[in-house]
Amino acid sequence: MGAAISIDYITHHYPGQEQPTLKDIQVQVAPGETIALIGQSGCGKSTLLHMLAGLLIPSDGCVRINGHQVIKPSPRWNMMFQKPSLYPWMTVRKNASLGLIFQGRKRDMQSRIDSLLETVGLTEKAEVNVQSLSGGQQQRVALARSLATDPELLLLDEPFSALDAFTRVALQDEVVRLAHERGISVVFVTHDIEEAVAMADRVLVMGSNPGTITAELKVDIAHPRNRNSQAFVDLKAELMGYFGATRTAATAESSTGETETTPDDDAGEDKSKTEHSSARVRAA
Amino acid sequence: MNREATLSVDPTTVERLMPLLRFADRARRALQYPALGIAGLFALWYWGGWAIANNEDTMAFASFAPGPTLAAFWELVSTGNVWSPIESSLYRVGWGLAYAIAIGVPLGVMIGYFLTLKQVTHVPFQFLRMISPLAWMPIAVLAFATWDAAIIFLIAIAAVWPITYATAHGVQRIDPTWLKVGNNLGANPYHTLRYIVMPAIAQDVFAGIRLAVGVAWIVLVPAEYLGVTSGLGYAINDARDTLEYDKLAAIVLVIGIIGYMLDAICVRLIKRSSYHAQG
Ligand SMILES: Nc1ncnc2c1ncn2[C@@H]1O[C@H](COP(=O)(O)OP(=O)(O)OP(=O)(O)O)[C@@H](O)[C@H]1O
Ligand SMILES: [Mg+2]
Repeated sequence: MGAAISIDYITHHYPGQEQPTLKDIQVQVAPGETIALIGQSGCGKSTLLHMLAGLLIPSDGCVRINGHQVIKPSPRWNMMFQKPSLYPWMTVRKNASLGLIFQGRKRDMQSRIDSLLETVGLTEKAEVNVQSLSGGQQQRVALARSLATDPELLLLDEPFSALDAFTRVALQDEVVRLAHERGISVVFVTHDIEEAVAMADRVLVMGSNPGTITAELKVDIAHPRNRNSQAFVDLKAELMGYFGATRTAATAESSTGETETTPDDDAGEDKSKTEHSSARVRAA
Repeated sequence: MNREATLSVDPTTVERLMPLLRFADRARRALQYPALGIAGLFALWYWGGWAIANNEDTMAFASFAPGPTLAAFWELVSTGNVWSPIESSLYRVGWGLAYAIAIGVPLGVMIGYFLTLKQVTHVPFQFLRMISPLAWMPIAVLAFATWDAAIIFLIAIAAVWPITYATAHGVQRIDPTWLKVGNNLGANPYHTLRYIVMPAIAQDVFAGIRLAVGVAWIVLVPAEYLGVTSGLGYAINDARDTLEYDKLAAIVLVIGIIGYMLDAICVRLIKRSSYHAQG
C-alpha cells in the first residue's frame, strides 16, 4: 500500500549557506497520492526529495512516513534520478534485481523480475548489458529497479527530462498506471508543466530564497487524462500563471515598465500564448 | 606444376580448409606490424653485434650478437636450466606484488573516498614514492632475516604506489548516484563494495597493477644482484663473473620475454575488467 507522508516544518541550512535553502515546509501526502513539485532552478526541490528519501537529514523539522520518522534510506521509498544511473557492468536483469539481492530476497527473484520487466516492456532485453539500451529503455530499467522492492513511495527527480517527447509521454503514463495499480504514493520534481498536470493529483509550486511552498493546485481530472481537453489546458495555463507571477515578482525591480498582474489575469490573457509555447519552464 | 596441384585438389578439401585459411589470413593481418617491429629490433641487434665484433676494443664481447645469444638461449631452454632462476624470480615478484596489492588497493580506496586522507597523505606519499626502492636496500637487508624477504619488500615498496594511486583515481571517478541508489536499495557496506565499488574500479586497479608489474620487474634484477644465489638477476651477475657473455645476453632475452608476457596478461585483465561497452 501507498505511504502516508507528513513533512513537518522542515527548514534546512546547508553548511556555509547564509540563507536557509528550505524554510518551514509543511506538506501532507495521502496514501496513493501523486504530488508534483515545481519551481525555479535552485529553489530546493531536490533537497526536499533527498530528505523524503532519507538521503539527507533536515536541520530542523522532520519527515514522517506512516508515522515513523525518516532517518535513513530504505528500499520502501525509492528515489529515481534524471539520469538512469544504472550500473553499466550489469545486465538489465541484474540491475533490476539488485534491491532484492541486497535485501536477501532471492527466493522468487527470477519470476518477480521477469514479470516486472514485462511490465516495463523489456522482456527481450533482460540478459543484455544496459549500455546497449536507449535512454528511454534505460530509464525503464531504473523504474523496474525501483519497483522491484515493492516500495510504498516513489520519489522522482526530473526522471524524464532527458528523454525525447514521445518516450517522455509514454513513461509518464506508465508511471501513473503502475503507481495506481500498486497504490504507490509518488512525489516527483519536474520543470515541465504539462508533466505536472498529466501525472499529479496535486501540484505544489515552490518559491526560492528561502524555498517555501507558494501555491498549491488540485488536478481533478480522471486518468487516463486527455492532454487536449479543456480542463487540462486550463490547468496548465493556471499553473503557468502561478509561475509567471513568481517570475514577475523576481524581475519587477529590473523591468520598470511591467505592470503587476494577478496570477489569474495573467493566465487568462496569456492563454493562447501558453498553449503554443512549450510548457517547459526551467528558469532562465 | 602449380596449376596441376591446384587442379588435383578435391573441392571439399578446399572447403574444409577455408576456415583455416581465413584464420591464417586474419593472423597475418594482425601480426604483420608487430612482426615488422620484431624484425627491426633483430636487425638493430644484429648490426650492434657486428659492430662490436669488428671493433678491436670490444671484440671480447662479440657473443652478445644474436647468433651466440640464441644458441645459449636454446641451450638454457633445452637443458631446462632456465626454469630454476625464472621460478625464483617469479616467486619474489609474485609475493612482492601480492603485498603491494593487499596494501595498495584498500589504501587507494580510502584515499579516493576521503578527501582529507588524500590531503594528509599527499606530501609524505609523494616523498616516499620518489625514493628509489633500491635506496632501501641496506635497510631492507638489516630489517629482514632472509634475502628473499628483503627483495620482496623492495618490490612491494616499489609496486605499491601505482596500485594505490590508480585505485584512488578509480574511486574518485565513481558516479555518486551509484552509491546513492545502492544506499536507497538497501545495500550494506559489503554489498556496496562487492556490487558497486569493486566492479566500478576494477579496470583502474588492473591498470595500476600493470604499471606495478613493470616497476616490479625492473626492480627485481638489481635487487637480485645482492646476496641471493638464485633468480634472473643473480644469473646475469653470475654469467658476467664467468665471462659467459652469450649466456648473459640469453638471460636478458629471457627477462624481456617474461616481462612482455606479464604485461600481456595485465592488458588482458584490464580489458576483461572494463565495463565500457566494447565497440
Ligand atoms: N550539497 C550542497 N551543499 C551546499 N549547498 C547546496 C548543496 N546542494 C544544493 N545546495 C544549494 O541548495 C539550493 C537548492 O538546491 P537543489 O538542488 O535542491 O535545487 P533544485 O530546486 O533541485 O534545482 P534544480 O531545479 O536546478 O535541480 C541551491 O541554491 C544549491 O546551491
Ligand atoms: Mg534538482
